[in-house]
Amino acid sequence: MLYAFLCYNNEAAVNSWTKEEDDAVMARLDVVHQKHAAKMGPALRLMPTTTATTLQKERDLILDGPYAETKEALLGFYILDCASLEEAHQVARDLAGANPGGAYEIRPVRLYVPGAPVAG
Amino acid sequence: MSDLAWIDKALSAARPQAVAALLRYFRDLDIAEEAFQEASLRALKTWPKNGPPRDPAAWLIFVGRNVAIDQVRRRARQTALPDEDRISNLEDAEAARVEALDHADYRDDVLRLLFLCCHPDIPATQQIALALRLVSGLTVARIARAFLVSDAAMEQRITRAKRKVAGADLPFEAPGPIERAERLAAVAAMIYLLFNEGYSAAASTADARAPLCDEAIRLARLLLRLYPSEPEIMGLLALMLLQHARTPARFDDDGAIVLLDGQDRTLWRADLIAEGLALIDKAMRHRKRGPYQIQAAIAALHDRAARAADTDWAQIDLLYAALEAEQPSPVVTLNRAVAHMKVRGPEAALAMIEPLGERLADYFHFHGLRGALLKDLGRPDEARAAFGRAIALANSTAEAAHIRMHLDSLGC
Repeated sequence: MLYAFLCYNNEAAVNSWTKEEDDAVMARLDVVHQKHAAKMGPALRLMPTTTATTLQKERDLILDGPYAETKEALLGFYILDCASLEEAHQVARDLAGANPGGAYEIRPVRLYVPGAPVAG
Repeated sequence: MSDLAWIDKALSAARPQAVAALLRYFRDLDIAEEAFQEASLRALKTWPKNGPPRDPAAWLIFVGRNVAIDQVRRRARQTALPDEDRISNLEDAEAARVEALDHADYRDDVLRLLFLCCHPDIPATQQIALALRLVSGLTVARIARAFLVSDAAMEQRITRAKRKVAGADLPFEAPGPIERAERLAAVAAMIYLLFNEGYSAAASTADARAPLCDEAIRLARLLLRLYPSEPEIMGLLALMLLQHARTPARFDDDGAIVLLDGQDRTLWRADLIAEGLALIDKAMRHRKRGPYQIQAAIAALHDRAARAADTDWAQIDLLYAALEAEQPSPVVTLNRAVAHMKVRGPEAALAMIEPLGERLADYFHFHGLRGALLKDLGRPDEARAAFGRAIALANSTAEAAHIRMHLDSLGC
């Protein structure tokens, strides 16, 4: 099953990391990434929420900022192919050990490939 | 990063909001600062046990407020003593409190705190020092190191500045739209000054001063989160990111400044450039141009060129013309002349800067550029005189060394 790992954290605190601190966290995460390389799909880090724009569909308005104003912001996500929910939770624990603060939301996902039949 | 280091980051990230809100409650800088300090100490005790709260700023405001009220009571010799258990364990109370804290109040609080530091009676460098202490929470020792003065001198400077702003009669009601715009402009200027304080450092002091650039970027991000639709704040943040991205390439191994033309562009930080470009895209949509956006656009054209020779000087020339119209200044015209030289040649550029001679008579870069143009036009004697004047006005040995290189090439 494919799972999305949504990374939530205190954005102001994460943005306060110096380049060295940020690099150190990314290096520790990379150890985890390599450990689970066989399961790993795309891993994305979102730029700060200040770079976001949001299309409000009802009124066709482009607004500045992220859609949801949350206490912890969505800062990135992974897609991983895990055999079970337990395995997914173990991956999340590994990631948590390398990256302080915040939470990971684990959510099964369905993949749409362009041109592939939608049913099924 | 250890848990304690993480808590430390969360505390300093929450500081501007928390101190600003406490200032609104108590209308007294010292009480607000002390209350935040005390709340931080309690956070260091309880957060490692219970985990940091979801909204650190709200927690700190709530605890800081209770602590300060208790202290005021105790000073008034009343009997109500703090109930430590109740204060350090406020799961439910916190949740309710968080909901009650109004986001609109928050943002004007932070703006007010930043604006306090821009008091017109305080010299610019002291405004910056005060903001670093009050808003960013840097220690006096660290600020002193960045400004290359002793701890005692910095302590005195900050105390004096604080006394001045404490006497300022700044209304605590939410500002009107015009007032808010004026405050934003003043705060933006102060943040850019802070950035330049760090960016203009020589290699020997760059390590102590570079954090000023990081701090300026952090404050601009905070401001933009609070006021997400302000194109000039987007422009300011973009400008700083696009300039800061070049920092790793700005000094050679001997500590000499490497000019844009000669920088190893592979050392530029791609992450900061990408963020800066994204912010310019967003700002442009508002069709309200301003000096920060234009300067950011110029920085972007430099950052986008893979080699110095690929730089779109024609576009930069146009952007400087726009900046001249927006914010006329001889220094802007001087910068435009550099682009003009690349597009139309040294003669046109020289014609552009000659009228500035009087106003920029004591400006190093004016004589440096004038010398280079005269040299290109085959007027070595005049070039030599201009370079000589530039060396006399150089602000650093690196600047002087750069001009001497020109002189050497003239065979002097």
